[in-house]
Amino acid sequence: MRYLRLLGIFWAASAAARMEYRAAFVVAMFASVIETAGKLFGVYLFYSSGFELGGWPWQEALLVLGFAQLVDAFFLLFFVPNLRRISEMVQDGTLDFVLLKPVDSQFWVSAQKLDPIGLPYLLLGAAVLGYAGWASGLGAGGWAWLAFAGAGAVFLVYALAFLLATTSIWFVKIFNVVHFLSSMIWSAQYPVQAYARPFRLFLTFVLPVYFMTTAPAELALGRAGGGAPWAMFLVGLGLFAFSRAFWRFALRFYTSASS
Amino acid sequence: MAAPAVLAEQLSKTFRVAEKEPGFAGTLRHFVRRRYRRIEAVRGVSFEIAPGEVVGFLGPNGAGKTTTLKMLTGLIQPSSGRARVLGRDPYRREAGLLRELTLVMGNKQQLIWDLPVLDSLRVNAAVYEIPWAEAQHRTAELAEMLGVAEVLRQPVRKLSLGERMKAELLASLLHRPRVLFLDEPTLGLDVNAQLAVRRFLKAYRERYGATLLLTSHYMADIEALAERVIVIHEGRLLYDGPLGGLVERFAPFKEVRLMLARPAAAAAFARFGEVEEAGGLRVRLLVEKDRLTGVVAELLANFELRDLSVDEPPLEEVIGRVFAKGAV
Ligand SMILES: Nc1ncnc2c1ncn2[C@@H]1O[C@H](COP(=O)(O)OP(=O)(O)OP(=O)(O)O)[C@@H](O)[C@H]1O
Ligand SMILES: [Mg+2]
Repeated sequence: MRYLRLLGIFWAASAAARMEYRAAFVVAMFASVIETAGKLFGVYLFYSSGFELGGWPWQEALLVLGFAQLVDAFFLLFFVPNLRRISEMVQDGTLDFVLLKPVDSQFWVSAQKLDPIGLPYLLLGAAVLGYAGWASGLGAGGWAWLAFAGAGAVFLVYALAFLLATTSIWFVKIFNVVHFLSSMIWSAQYPVQAYARPFRLFLTFVLPVYFMTTAPAELALGRAGGGAPWAMFLVGLGLFAFSRAFWRFALRFYTSASS
Repeated sequence: MAAPAVLAEQLSKTFRVAEKEPGFAGTLRHFVRRRYRRIEAVRGVSFEIAPGEVVGFLGPNGAGKTTTLKMLTGLIQPSSGRARVLGRDPYRREAGLLRELTLVMGNKQQLIWDLPVLDSLRVNAAVYEIPWAEAQHRTAELAEMLGVAEVLRQPVRKLSLGERMKAELLASLLHRPRVLFLDEPTLGLDVNAQLAVRRFLKAYRERYGATLLLTSHYMADIEALAERVIVIHEGRLLYDGPLGGLVERFAPFKEVRLMLARPAAAAAFARFGEVEEAGGLRVRLLVEKDRLTGVVAELLANFELRDLSVDEPPLEEVIGRVFAKGAV
């Protein structure tokens, strides 16, 4: 399929472009590994004491943390570089070239970049999830749910990130969006039940933080009784549909940098 | 007549831009209550271009050329009027139409900055679904026409401006578009590179029968490529017709060049026509066509001349007059 081929070419090109500056790449990669190790140590300290967070046994809370790490890894791997690129392309008018290609423009602008710096985080996320799943005694069905829910969480964050990135058509510079999203992901490290009630409501109904990590963990643990965790797919699909409509709407306001 | 390849019907575009006074107070006011101004970049421009035609699109800075091209390629929506390319509405951005056209901009580039040109070509080949073998074949052909075969493996950031522009053309034409919109493709290039680009465009057009709409501030580009020119000024259409007609209409002059044997004061020539250069041994005059024979006879009688020649005025001169008059 053409889009899959394109994806491969984009990512190879973008990783190659990043690695063109060898020294910078090695340093960044090294920093990323160190930071990952530091995070892992923090996780260890926090949970080795057998803490309970909002009624979650520590192994299960670790699952929530694992989803947060996974989402964060995708954030660094794809969303940050593409978000930056979108605002650059609006700024210098090279979005023109994307719009002139017979390819879905939303696909192009959200998939063109990949930053290999996110890879160590991805490994960490997978490792934490794997360990937490094992410690929580997941069965085969539980693992399948975990994979499925993980994909759902990433999809949801993509839709949200893209929605915010689209505003650069008007505001051009959108670096704050990156900070905003990463603090959202940060607040998703703990089960929402660990937050005070007003916060919890805020993190569920205003910011979809609940659906990013707690809901997938509940699904994997087979605690989908109330149906609330299922809502993550609805929220994800809803945000995605909205992000497509919003992108098309925003392009009507794109006047392309003058020349 | 065949259906036009490009059609503009009463095309207009009005931009709304926020205005800001300089300084901090201005910034504050700008932040709290923005004031907007409307810029009518293009006002009711109409023309048709037949398949295979090469048309030069002229106008001074800010005339609305780029804006018109953006409407014709579907990047922005016209405020009013109609644009059609190959019979279709470009603003709908249908894949079928996008495969048939291209827009080359002298001041923007699509090539991936840190990677060799070939990597960008690989992306475009995948986008237009050209098998890589075929894409390589086309690349070789275009690269030969452009004379850039050797640099395709170098990172784009290490190419000279001229090489980059040629590579840019290559990337824009890999899918063999039938309609080419070129916005100052020779911007900033030296004379040789300009010539190479011109030759290339001519060859491409002959080989593939493509339609070209081309803007440039270098009249040599227009003279070499276009049989027909469209001139706009402040968003309005001023002239649409053959290049020669432009000279007839706006500059019914001939340029008379003299080489004097002895220096003469500039004032001595004022009565013959418009003095472009004088004071030394070399003199250039613009003389109305009706008076030409009389003036030449008088010059021969009154001055000792080493040489005298009569030519069409330089196109730059003619264009300057068109813009200065600002009306048909
Ligand atoms: N995106 C935009 N937003 C607001 N105003 C714009 C925009 N693009 C162009 N304009 C204005 O529209 C007018 C026409 O601009 P345009 O770029 O079409 O001119 P041009 O003929 O291409 O000039 P040049 O020869 O300098 O490239 C100018 O006054 C310009 O300031
Ligand atoms: Mg322009």
